[in-house]
Amino acid sequence: MIAPVRALQRPQGGLAGLWLALVIAAALLAPILSPYAFDAQDLPNAYRPASAAHWLGTDEFGRDLLTRLVWGARTSLSVAATAIAISVFCGMVLGAAAAWFGGWLDRAVTVVVDLTWSFPEILIALILVAIIGPGTLGTMIAISVAYLAQFTRLTRAQILTLKGETFIEAARSLGASNGHILFRHLLPNALAPVLVSAMLATGDAIILEATLGFFGLGAQPPVPSWGGMMSAGSALVFKAPWIIIYPGLAVAITVVAINLYGDALIAALDIRQKLRRSP
Amino acid sequence: MLSWLIRRVLMLVPVFLAVSVVIFSILHFIPGDPIDNLLKPGSSPTARAEMEVRYGLDRPLPVQYGIWLSKVAQGDLGTAIVARRPVVDLIAQALPHSLRLGGFALLFSTVVGVGLGVIAALNRDRWIDRAIMGGVLAGSTMPSFWLGLILMLVFSVQLGWFPVSGARGWQSLVLPVLTIGLGGTALVARITRVSMIEASARDFVMLLHAKGLSPLRIQLRHVLRHALIPVVTILALRIGWILGGAVTVEVVFARPGLGTLLIKSLSQHDYPVVQACLLMLAMAVMLGTLLGDILQAAMDPRVRAALA
Amino acid sequence: MTALLDLASVSVSIGSAPLLDSISLRVDRGQIVGLVGESGSGKSLTAMAAMGLLPLIGGRVTGGNVRFDGQDMALMTDTQRRVLRGRRIGFVTQNPMTALDPVQRIGEQVDVVSRLHLGLPQAAARVRTLDLLTQLRIPDAASVAEAWPHQLSGGMKQRIVIAMALAGEPDLIIADEPTTALDVTVQAQIIQILGALVRDRGLALLLITHDMGVVAQVCDRVAVLYAGRLAEEGPVSDIFAAPAHPYTSALIGCIPQDGMAQGSLRGIPGAVPSALAMPPGCRFHPRCERASDLCRTVVPAPESCGQGTVACHHAGVIA
Repeated sequence: MIAPVRALQRPQGGLAGLWLALVIAAALLAPILSPYAFDAQDLPNAYRPASAAHWLGTDEFGRDLLTRLVWGARTSLSVAATAIAISVFCGMVLGAAAAWFGGWLDRAVTVVVDLTWSFPEILIALILVAIIGPGTLGTMIAISVAYLAQFTRLTRAQILTLKGETFIEAARSLGASNGHILFRHLLPNALAPVLVSAMLATGDAIILEATLGFFGLGAQPPVPSWGGMMSAGSALVFKAPWIIIYPGLAVAITVVAINLYGDALIAALDIRQKLRRSP
Repeated sequence: MLSWLIRRVLMLVPVFLAVSVVIFSILHFIPGDPIDNLLKPGSSPTARAEMEVRYGLDRPLPVQYGIWLSKVAQGDLGTAIVARRPVVDLIAQALPHSLRLGGFALLFSTVVGVGLGVIAALNRDRWIDRAIMGGVLAGSTMPSFWLGLILMLVFSVQLGWFPVSGARGWQSLVLPVLTIGLGGTALVARITRVSMIEASARDFVMLLHAKGLSPLRIQLRHVLRHALIPVVTILALRIGWILGGAVTVEVVFARPGLGTLLIKSLSQHDYPVVQACLLMLAMAVMLGTLLGDILQAAMDPRVRAALA
Repeated sequence: MTALLDLASVSVSIGSAPLLDSISLRVDRGQIVGLVGESGSGKSLTAMAAMGLLPLIGGRVTGGNVRFDGQDMALMTDTQRRVLRGRRIGFVTQNPMTALDPVQRIGEQVDVVSRLHLGLPQAAARVRTLDLLTQLRIPDAASVAEAWPHQLSGGMKQRIVIAMALAGEPDLIIADEPTTALDVTVQAQIIQILGALVRDRGLALLLITHDMGVVAQVCDRVAVLYAGRLAEEGPVSDIFAAPAHPYTSALIGCIPQDGMAQGSLRGIPGAVPSALAMPPGCRFHPRCERASDLCRTVVPAPESCGQGTVACHHAGVIA
């Protein structure tokens, strides 16, 4: 059976998978599921705690928090996932090229990657958003650059290990071209660890997106995002704490779920050793 | 050993130059002109040109870089455009706060993280292990600004134990340190646990048992010593990461420090200050890697042998 | 007389895999017993069982009992078992390259045994350590004691491991393939040193090896293991003169005559069966030229044979 399914059969993996499925479904079906419009203001009913009409209460404009949470999932997840996808793609290309061609290319990539890797992602992202300008696109690019080092590093390490293995030597001696070996043999074999670590990084990216949102640099109002909701809620934390509590919990539980499912996936794929190089 | 150390420090010079180029050039891509913030609306182009000359912004970029770098080397970080004060003063005010916060957070994550990791490893796969690792995971997945606000809500507002914000007295340090520390604790606990478990499976550990040493002594005196080597290395490499955490947390708790200064000057497009903040953080990161290498050599004779 | 080490029908499992089946083995004071078998036959597991270290590798004794000096090890407390190790049983590992703690100086690793088990203060322990190292013919013992493990050669490390085994003044030494990981020239030295020290001190030695040549050289008695069962056991002189079990005679046939190469088992066709797919009846029958229908169905019971025992339906019969 395929690994993602086997991961679901582990108790933690199953529970985590269930939550992730729920969040992803909510994000996809937000327009259908949400009981209100995300920007429907209802000032007389502002600052209401949880009730039958508003399951999670309302914010400072009387907007339904559950609705905004569901729409926020749409923004936060898509930004994080897209950013990581871009990062993985570029990282794999860079890492594979560095490992495969070696020489000055490898050295240059290694130096840059090691340097950025030791910098906190949040700083890199903050500076980049400052350059590109706040908003969804800026956040996305900033996050993908912030995680580029991680995937480049991991891919490079994978390819370097694989390069010395017998089946690669065999393919080479049979006259396979560089491209053939790289795309048919090396990258597919390096894929599993990179994808799993991409999944774990998506969790971190959700937190990063939320943090940028908190600084007011993420998705701009009225589009709800988890970070944006918390940014607005932070000023009101003593008056209406639920405004910030729910999106924070959504982030925390989702990231926990991603980690648990990721761990189950690592166990199912049996690739713990391969991931060792990038703690 | 000494010659290695000198070589290792010298290796930091080109890295520092590379970082400084990146920091310098990146900031000139930031849209928004600091001069705009200084000029009254409707000022004449001549006033603007004068202002640019005054801050050296009219020269070509490489020249600006050269001037900036030579001044940095002399300890002159320029003048803050918005605050109109020497940047060195601003940094000197902010740095001690950040160092104190970062230092305590590092201490907290190391002590608590290693402790929890050891307990988890000794009780591997039992409920206590699961509870610790579960708690640690939960702590590390909460956005730090959110955690900070919730801690503030509970301990400062509801219970009134600690001040809500500011940087007066040790009480004001508790919640920020806790907020940053919890993330670091998760990292340290996870590495400690895994390396303890891996070290326990090493051949020499079997022989220690065969020598009749007590299991606790084997775990604490031998296995933990080995497990600490990767913990220390990774912690030192991630000093920047902990300072990064400080950026957010300083803003949340309205504490003075590099983070608050950085965020403020970023929004004001105050280049010289942003550059100086980033330089400080970069230097902390580089010193961290250096410290990591030194500690690794101190802890592992094999590493020393390879360096000699 | 009570045996020093007495394994009576000991069975051992790791998880659900039964790996040792009713092994009986006895080591008397001052005796050198060889335990021979191919890899996977359960030799090291027998050693772990004798030291009460099975839990370390997730194993447990499922039948029979292990007695040391008349005391049942299963009835001892953890602390009693721990004191037994190092104090009364010294252990020499298979791979000296990985046997020492890489971040502790050599001297300290030896000192700890006599400090712990003989209650010596640090200074006296070090004197004793240096004395032991000298007896093991280590040149410049004082500087070796200050060295780190990575600075020593494999043969030197194995001497250190032997020193640690001797430091607690034990009655029994268990040496698990002490020379496998070493150069051929060093192998002979180590065996010679080990044999001489054990004889001089009147210690007992359980020497685990796959090399019948070594057994002939130093042992008083020999036990042959095959696939987790005892094939044959008896005095070395008897067994080498007239091996009763076909596996034993095959092993003896593998000793190279010129004495140059290490004994290999290429002479016996086939391989040791896996613990998860043991053949029924006698486990050696698929590789045995004497095998009959009886061997394929009925497990041969150990029967006494001269001064030893043998478990074979066709013991002694020359095919």
